[in-house]
Amino acid sequence: MMPSSVQETQKALEAHHYIADKGLSVAVFLALKLGRPLLLEGEPGVGKTEIVKVLAEMLSTRLIRLQCYEGLDISHAVYEWDYARQLMQIRLLEASGERDQEKVRHEVFSQEFLLKRPLLQALESHNGKAPVLLIDELDRADEEFEAFLLEFLSDWQITVPEVGTLKAEKPPVVVITSNRTREIHDALKRRCMYYWIDYPSFEKEYRIVREKVPGVPEKLAQQAVAFVQELRKQDLYKAPGVAETLDWASSLLALGQTELSPEVVEETLGVLLKYQDDVVKAKNQARDLLARAQMSV
Amino acid sequence: MTLSTTQLLGHVVAFVRSLRSEGMVVTPGQTATFARALGEISIFDPEAFYYAAQSTLLTRQEDRAKFAEAFRKFWQNLGLERFPAELLNQTTLPPKKEQKARPGEVGREPRSSERSSNQPQPVVDRALTFSDTEVLKQKRFDQMSEAELEAARKLLYSLVWNPPQRRTRRLKASGKEQLDLRKSFRRSLKHQGELVELERRSRKHKPRPIVALADVSGSMERYARMLLHFLHAFTLQQTRQGVRQVESFTFGTRLTRITRTLKKRSVDAALSEVGQQVKDWTGGTRIGACLHSFNQSWAKRVLGRGAIVLVISDGWDQGEPELLAFEMERLQKSCHRLIWLNPLLGTPGYQPLTRGLVAAMPFIDDFLPVHNLNSLEMLVEALGRLERRPTNAR
Repeated sequence: MMPSSVQETQKALEAHHYIADKGLSVAVFLALKLGRPLLLEGEPGVGKTEIVKVLAEMLSTRLIRLQCYEGLDISHAVYEWDYARQLMQIRLLEASGERDQEKVRHEVFSQEFLLKRPLLQALESHNGKAPVLLIDELDRADEEFEAFLLEFLSDWQITVPEVGTLKAEKPPVVVITSNRTREIHDALKRRCMYYWIDYPSFEKEYRIVREKVPGVPEKLAQQAVAFVQELRKQDLYKAPGVAETLDWASSLLALGQTELSPEVVEETLGVLLKYQDDVVKAKNQARDLLARAQMSV
Repeated sequence: MTLSTTQLLGHVVAFVRSLRSEGMVVTPGQTATFARALGEISIFDPEAFYYAAQSTLLTRQEDRAKFAEAFRKFWQNLGLERFPAELLNQTTLPPKKEQKARPGEVGREPRSSERSSNQPQPVVDRALTFSDTEVLKQKRFDQMSEAELEAARKLLYSLVWNPPQRRTRRLKASGKEQLDLRKSFRRSLKHQGELVELERRSRKHKPRPIVALADVSGSMERYARMLLHFLHAFTLQQTRQGVRQVESFTFGTRLTRITRTLKKRSVDAALSEVGQQVKDWTGGTRIGACLHSFNQSWAKRVLGRGAIVLVISDGWDQGEPELLAFEMERLQKSCHRLIWLNPLLGTPGYQPLTRGLVAAMPFIDDFLPVHNLNSLEMLVEALGRLERRPTNAR
């Protein structure tokens, strides 16, 4: 379903268990409406990748994911020829006595031997629906790939020299995420709808926990979220994201807890914090933080 | 009325420049398109003129008001009432906002257009003989006279930088590291699918990002300006070599990022802006706390891709040595190589015994002097030869 207003977008996301801010809803709505890529930045674990899965569900279409890394090239992002099968085909043609070079070329470079990678797949519509394309962690890719992407995002076509130019019937819905380990080039940014996803407020995070971890007691959820919110105010190397909160809530549930106690917090801090220095720091302050969290609930 | 194309083009270029000074991005390509568009319309029709400019030069909706304002200001200054017939008779260009200095003046022949202008030419470097230069290179920065400092600065810009390289994961079609199946296969078609020759490819090399953290506290006062010149020259040269990532920060009691400011071509404009931007100039030093805020908010963003970190400081620290040691360790672990540049290291008999330096020492990969031009040259050379860290290479 293609939403027709911002409110509708927000509601539709929520129906698929994604609680979105007004700002994010506007950005998503405009990206869909204007057919522009959506560029999402934010700390790790705030739901950048998650929203794309939800979008694909919401539009009931396929999700194609391209994970970026340094040195990502055409053969991994766009297409590759199936050399083994091509060589076999040549042998077969040879055995059948085929001598016409032009024909061999034509046979060997047919689409049958073309291995389609994410960007090429994204140009194909199924049942008249364009897919959702997730270009994940673009900051990990290098400038060369970014430059290629710039071209792809403006023309929605890919030229395979042996076959010709393949053009999208309908441009895909593109979402790009970045963790800012490197600045994305301005030229690319200028083409996108941009949104920075922040850590959620207490209310929002509480709703997310209730939505995503069914069966978690109300009180436990409140305390856990309040504790995480307090923890984020501390001077940590890596503050916990929403993903960590969800993991933690699930862990507490699995441990059969109904309420937070200092002991349980200390035992399970490793779920929330991923740096030893942070864990030590938080352990020293666990009682204090917990008391403040309980106060605020 | 006859049209002087040259004059009109001069105005067009000046106009584009005024747009840029307002912060709009206009590419030379767009300027050329605009100039070409003027050939297609009647430039005596002010409206058509405006829309031609708008459609070719404006790319961002949010700049529209700014654009209209800049347009009005510029062309009206040239006498818009009888616009634009009148403007064609104007010969003087509006003064540029900021006179572009050319920091790379040393050793560069001025362009013909500059020769005819009556701008004063830099003379200092030309007057220096070889042996003068040698003496200057040996002299400590804190013992130089103003004139010598000036000459030293000029020499800085003539240094040839050779940034260390990093092997990337991107492949190029040469060398012999890996088999290039795609190319081999295409070649084989010439021979009825017989793989006669195997094509190969190998990993590409790229310059490493460089991150400089310069101490501007009181004890470093005599060196700070020179070192900023050094950073500026470095940034400028690296940008020319296509390295986008030279990140510069200053610290004393707080950390300030000056990367963008140092990217200005004019060294005077850059440095005076740095002067305004940095609030803790010649104050106290809390290296640990500053490194902490660097590790916290910048490390992840600028230390990727095997960066080399240069900490420029004499190591006089008023903060906690434990904190400094802790942050230094973290910093060393997240970069390719951590180089500490100390101006005092050039003093005969100097031993790094300050509390701060003792705390930081175990985490320093290279400890080098920066007290005169020679030491800077040596640094540049050392950077070019950098191999892996002796211990726990990354």
